[in-house]
Amino acid sequence: MEGVVAAEPGNGFAKRSRPAEGVRAYGLIVAMWLRSTMAYRASFVMTAVGNFVATGFDFVAIMLMFTHVDVLGGYTLPEVALLYGTSATAFGLADLVLGSMDRLGRRVRDGTLDTLLVRPVPVLAQVAADRFALRRLGRITQGLLVLGYALLVLDVQWTPLKVAMLPMTVLSGAAVFGAVFVVGAAFQFYAQDASEVQNAFTYGGTTLLQYPPSVFAKDLVRGVTFVVPLAFVSWLPALYVLGRDYPLDLPRWVAFLPPLVAVGCWVIAGLAWRVGLRAYRSTGS
Amino acid sequence: MRLYAVVAAGGFRRYATYRVATLAGVFTNTVFGFIMAYTYIALWDERPHLGGYDMSQALTYVWLGQALLMTCAMMGGGFEDELMERIRTGDIAVDLYRPADLQLWWMAGDLGRAAFHLLGRGIVPMVLGAMAFDLALPGSPWTWLAFLVSVALGVVVSFAVRFLVALSAFWLMDGAGAMQIAWLAGLFFSGMLLPLNLFPGVLGDVARVLPWSSLLQVPADVFLGTYAGWDLAGAYAFQAGWAVALLLAGRLLQSVATRRVVVQGG
Amino acid sequence: MDDMDFIELDGVEKVFDVRRRTGFMRRERRQVRAVDGISFRVPRGEMVGYIGPNGAGKSTTIKMLTGILTPSGGRLRVAGIDPSRERTRLAHRIGVVFGQRTTLWWDLPLRDSYRLMHRMYRIPDSRFRENMDRCVELLDLGALLEVPVRQLSLGQRMRGDIAAALLHDPEVLYLDEPTIGLDVVSKAKVRGFLRDLNAERSTTVLLTTHDLTDIEQLCKRVMVIDHGRLMYDGALAGLHEVGESERTLVVDLERELPPIELGSEPSVRVVKVEGPRQWLAFPAATSAAPLVARIAADYPLVDLSVREPDIESVIAKMYASDSAA
Repeated sequence: MEGVVAAEPGNGFAKRSRPAEGVRAYGLIVAMWLRSTMAYRASFVMTAVGNFVATGFDFVAIMLMFTHVDVLGGYTLPEVALLYGTSATAFGLADLVLGSMDRLGRRVRDGTLDTLLVRPVPVLAQVAADRFALRRLGRITQGLLVLGYALLVLDVQWTPLKVAMLPMTVLSGAAVFGAVFVVGAAFQFYAQDASEVQNAFTYGGTTLLQYPPSVFAKDLVRGVTFVVPLAFVSWLPALYVLGRDYPLDLPRWVAFLPPLVAVGCWVIAGLAWRVGLRAYRSTGS
Repeated sequence: MRLYAVVAAGGFRRYATYRVATLAGVFTNTVFGFIMAYTYIALWDERPHLGGYDMSQALTYVWLGQALLMTCAMMGGGFEDELMERIRTGDIAVDLYRPADLQLWWMAGDLGRAAFHLLGRGIVPMVLGAMAFDLALPGSPWTWLAFLVSVALGVVVSFAVRFLVALSAFWLMDGAGAMQIAWLAGLFFSGMLLPLNLFPGVLGDVARVLPWSSLLQVPADVFLGTYAGWDLAGAYAFQAGWAVALLLAGRLLQSVATRRVVVQGG
Repeated sequence: MDDMDFIELDGVEKVFDVRRRTGFMRRERRQVRAVDGISFRVPRGEMVGYIGPNGAGKSTTIKMLTGILTPSGGRLRVAGIDPSRERTRLAHRIGVVFGQRTTLWWDLPLRDSYRLMHRMYRIPDSRFRENMDRCVELLDLGALLEVPVRQLSLGQRMRGDIAAALLHDPEVLYLDEPTIGLDVVSKAKVRGFLRDLNAERSTTVLLTTHDLTDIEQLCKRVMVIDHGRLMYDGALAGLHEVGESERTLVVDLERELPPIELGSEPSVRVVKVEGPRQWLAFPAATSAAPLVARIAADYPLVDLSVREPDIESVIAKMYASDSAA
């Protein structure tokens, strides 16, 4: 056996960390999808524009509402735009990076997941990179535009801390949404046709966060604060920036928790993924 | 006629087999219903009687939107992708030689699908919505019946638009782009985003006369009892008018396309 | 591990819980033993056919050998590695070709798929170039490298897939139905390539197939699995004996005659008569020569041919004798 080890091609790489290997594999596969996308350039431009318009409709609806009212749930249009911009951009990033994970159920059903399991790289990275869709830049673009509009017109006393909170919010928020995508995909190991359930938390979640928390019932706000911690994606940090009160009685410093919440979400998502994959490998379906 | 009944039943059954997917979809519709309902409450708190609706009518509109989203295929219904794929690959030539009419064939299938989605994806969110909020449900069975007629007309209009656009694949290299525009227009002008009577000025006037208002706005107004007597007949006439016009346009395009296929030999 | 036990299975089992809907909400749970205690050894460099009817447990075994599925019981090693525990380490040492599921990139030129393999498996540049050249030459891929995979024929794609599975110098190659749906020329090419690969690189090959000719031309050893159990493990010729399988002699006579009767050969019987043509079944293990001589002596013979048994009938026969015993 000793002699064989030296000649073994995979052995030298066993010491590389799995996350680094995963990121590398993700990049390799994404590059392939980008190349495939560019084989149909016109179609890409069209779907990217479609993605931009379709996701932008959400803000159009809000603007239409504000043609009838000056405040919604006590918030002005620029304030709502800040909530919208942060959550839409955060969700857009997660959607771009991990949005195709909801295809996992289909791969389980048609058996093509097996072809990923015989590769020397983490399955999570392969599933995450599967069908990488650059058109999703459309959603990020409209999110950033609305965010830019909010920053231009908002009447906020900007401090360095408040400025620094914006990228922190968007990146942590993207990570929280990303974890939701992974948990949703892990759930599909058990229920292959249930990809729509995760839409309730991802698309539904971002729709929820685009409106002020004061609009919603207390129990719903509690649910997205303590159970599925979507409130940390945008509400809590953005309300801190705006200097507004959160409907629940929480200390001010929770506004700085999003990075920690994101890490917590990923720990749970990682566990869920492992449990799901193990279940698949013991049942085969 | 029996043939189309069989095709419709097939369309129904095809979607009925995916029980878990239906359950998952109902869950998502319900979650969205709750989110939208709270935003509407905030809006109508600020402006009671906005657009002529009172609070419970506005909430009813939200849940009708969730119930009809799949039925009237406001975000696409499935058959159009399949049809375009058949045109692209040339399999359509086989369909044209079938002893059945192309348009009626696909319409029967889509009506079957819509019937399933009305039962499978429509009823449960509506019931849950009615349990959580104070909805303006019609008292008279006749209103319910009138609503169903309006929904059926809406489904036909929805089908006619998608069929027309799908046929563009005969001429366009990538029909997906045309379909995407139609889909965006449907999402915007059906009233799914916001009731069309909240659209300002000319935008509202235009939105109300476009075919897509037949998908949600008109059936919802029938449900809410906005139309009575001759007004109801007018609403039906509006929907039926669009249905007939779009179906005829589809038929015309179909015959042009058929000649093309026959001339080119597939 | 030594080279004689390159692949080792000891009492390997795989049990699935199957839930079946029996009513509107009622479900019934039962256990299915897809693989029910299989043991075998494959030495390094051997080429083995792994056959059996659909649902016999073939692909479940392959999935366990590649680390996709975790066994429910027993011990399993490939190149000394426990596949289910060290899946990614094993992946560097095995190649897998799923007959009906291509792993090539649909919209991209064939060459791009190989570039991905190059980087994903971290194949040293010189090794990669060498293997690539070899595969391109022997599998006749030169003209296809710049063609998008979606434009390749089934046979071309299969050759492309086999090359993709071999660029990282795997020591074992698993092939699941490698010739399914291919035309005669493509089949011959694939078989020839596998034979060379095995001879030159002593790559161990395990293949499942429905085509008995694959086995005849490639494998000295064949394993038959059914109902999750190993029914036979040995030479292909021996399989005919065990199964008491029959070959068929097709006889064309000058004219229509009543079924041929050969009183002295009780094991021969006429199975079909169609005009002047008659089909006679006889044990696969016996020679056809004396039989032909007898018929030629007694009947007006025009032409004849001998047909080999196919895989299904061999296995069917095997059961018949198994249940009789």
